Amino acid sequence: MKASHLVVGFGALATVAMAAAPASAATLDTVKSRGQLVCGVNNSLPGFSAPDEKGQWSGLDVDYCKAMAAAIFGDASKVKYVPLTAKERLTALQTGEIDVLARNTTWTMSRDASLGLNFVGVNYYDGQGFMVKSALGVKSGKELNGASVCVQSGTTTELNLADFFRANKMTYQSVVFDTSDQTLQGFESDRCDVLTSDQSQLYGLRSKLPDPSKAVVLGDVISKEPLGPVVRQGDEQWFDIARWTLFAMLNLEEAGVTSKNLAEMMKTTNPDIKRLLGTDGEFGKQLGITNDFGVQIVKAVGNYGESFERNVGQGSPLKIARGLNGLWTNGGLMYGPPIR
Amino acid sequence: MSETFVPLPSLPPPSGSVGAGAWLRARLFNGPVNSLLTLAILWLLASTLIPLLDWGLIRGHFVGRDPQACRDGGACWLFVGVRLKFFVYGFYPEAELWRVNVVLFAAVASIGTIAAPGVPGKRWIIPGAVVGMPILTFVFMHGGMFGMPEVATDQWSGLTLTLVLSIVGIVAALPIGIVLALGRRSKMMVIRLLCTVFIEVWRGVPLISVLFMASVMLPLFLPEGLQFSKVLRAMIGIVLFESAYMAEVVRGGLQAIPRGQSEAAAALGLGYWRTMGLVVMPQALKLVIPGIVNTFIALFKDTTLVLIIGLFDVLATIHATIVSAEWPNIATEGYLFAAAVFWVFCFSMSRYSQALERKLNTGHKRN
Repeated sequence: MKASHLVVGFGALATVAMAAAPASAATLDTVKSRGQLVCGVNNSLPGFSAPDEKGQWSGLDVDYCKAMAAAIFGDASKVKYVPLTAKERLTALQTGEIDVLARNTTWTMSRDASLGLNFVGVNYYDGQGFMVKSALGVKSGKELNGASVCVQSGTTTELNLADFFRANKMTYQSVVFDTSDQTLQGFESDRCDVLTSDQSQLYGLRSKLPDPSKAVVLGDVISKEPLGPVVRQGDEQWFDIARWTLFAMLNLEEAGVTSKNLAEMMKTTNPDIKRLLGTDGEFGKQLGITNDFGVQIVKAVGNYGESFERNVGQGSPLKIARGLNGLWTNGGLMYGPPIR
Repeated sequence: MSETFVPLPSLPPPSGSVGAGAWLRARLFNGPVNSLLTLAILWLLASTLIPLLDWGLIRGHFVGRDPQACRDGGACWLFVGVRLKFFVYGFYPEAELWRVNVVLFAAVASIGTIAAPGVPGKRWIIPGAVVGMPILTFVFMHGGMFGMPEVATDQWSGLTLTLVLSIVGIVAALPIGIVLALGRRSKMMVIRLLCTVFIEVWRGVPLISVLFMASVMLPLFLPEGLQFSKVLRAMIGIVLFESAYMAEVVRGGLQAIPRGQSEAAAALGLGYWRTMGLVVMPQALKLVIPGIVNTFIALFKDTTLVLIIGLFDVLATIHATIVSAEWPNIATEGYLFAAAVFWVFCFSMSRYSQALERKLNTGHKRN
């Protein structure tokens, strides 16, 4: 008797908890009435989201949060940043603690399909790569036979590394460390010839070497890590706002609209740009935000290319080349569907 | 006429038994084994300390703000100056920093008054501080009243957050711990059982899992819309966890008080609460001061675990600096600095507890 009562009790409790979780009807209304967008970010990943000495956040992911706030409020400062660890990030989104997660999260099928989440798109195509000492004269990952490789333990990085060497019938010796600072320490003190990690991190680590020109990041990419913002499932309007914020940033770059030439572009007669900047059509209204959301985004953070160069590209210590993250017109993968 | 006996002046000690040479011989080089050990230790010290001092002090960089200045291999301490404000206040809004300063000043002043000998009226100051400080902290730090704009708890960070978490933990864990210790020795079965279960459950789980439960699991079970801040959740977790430890420390003290003490108190006509409050507890607490301070120091250092639930305590702010792209590899310097910060606080607590023990010494102490 007692036991069954308990079971029923727990069952009821669980049902209440389950029922309560996805019942977020109109995220846009909640955000508007709160007057702030709550955005989950990484606690410190250089180039993507990191606080500076004044406690101000900056980075590629942070710029996405700002762009969304600009699209909704016309004010990029109306964001509350919630630093999250890798373990709690998805829970924080599921429970409604945050409205959108922009925390270098890899888009995988299981996350998309089973967790009640929707990936908005990809704002950075990452992948695992190699950094080697320039003195070795290695040009490609295929020349690394017999190398000793510094790697962080217990990550998929370690598994991808093993797969890559096995597939190419090469041998290697792994030198395993606990954190990424330590792998760098090992690389610096010649414990290994090669350091492997996600490419975006390799550039960050390289910039910390006493002489960054003594190491090169190889072009080989041995895994797919498409990173993108995430929202809760079940609110299509919010999903669309999140998605078109990203697409607007890409389309702005493709159309050549930058934060510097915005004033001239406002006078253009090009119909594509007019629709993008809201001087023609009612595209923002369809999402429940203002028609000039493109203008607000470009005023706040610039187009995708500007944000990229400022945070991770040539304007930053990371100096990452566009590569896969270039526009489709330049041989990259970034492609914004047309606004019409 | 007998001559008075005039002793010869004493001879100086044999030349081999005084002076630096003799001291060295007696203490460091008496016998071949000790001589070898001395030399080995000297060699070890020289080979580790000299490069360390050379790296940290002689070639170290102390002045300036440009990260690129320290690319030559010496220690780079510039980040401390550049980021000090971030380490202390974290994300707290710049215009409102005076409020944190008021709270910190009040905390230092009240701790100083309580610690200083010979200040009158302590029996009012201490409870006043214990009750007043949390209220003052909340009013000033959180604001939203008396014309101060609200600063949500998730903007509390840096050293401020570390201090808030640990001081609240310390102030709350001791009374709860005392009550639990009394409860566990109670003659009433239900109370004894409840206290024992509470203590054993909270003491039996790692603090990391408590914090994870508070930050990841708890929100899943709360109805949507009902969310309380992560800082508060972490704070409650820390208080519950530490009060279980504190209970066992206090119980250790209670066990050491002979039965005769409470029987004598009963014979004088004192009831349970007055027996405990006036006779048993003062003696028991005095005995376990080292244990209590040990728990406090552990608690202070344990607060760094909030880093893994995404709260920005002082260690997280230092870590953010270490990984940031504009600084060269300063992991070693960063963690040394963090260690120094924690050492200063823990050492002060330890010295204060020793002073307290000396002051309350009633002859139990064995030298």
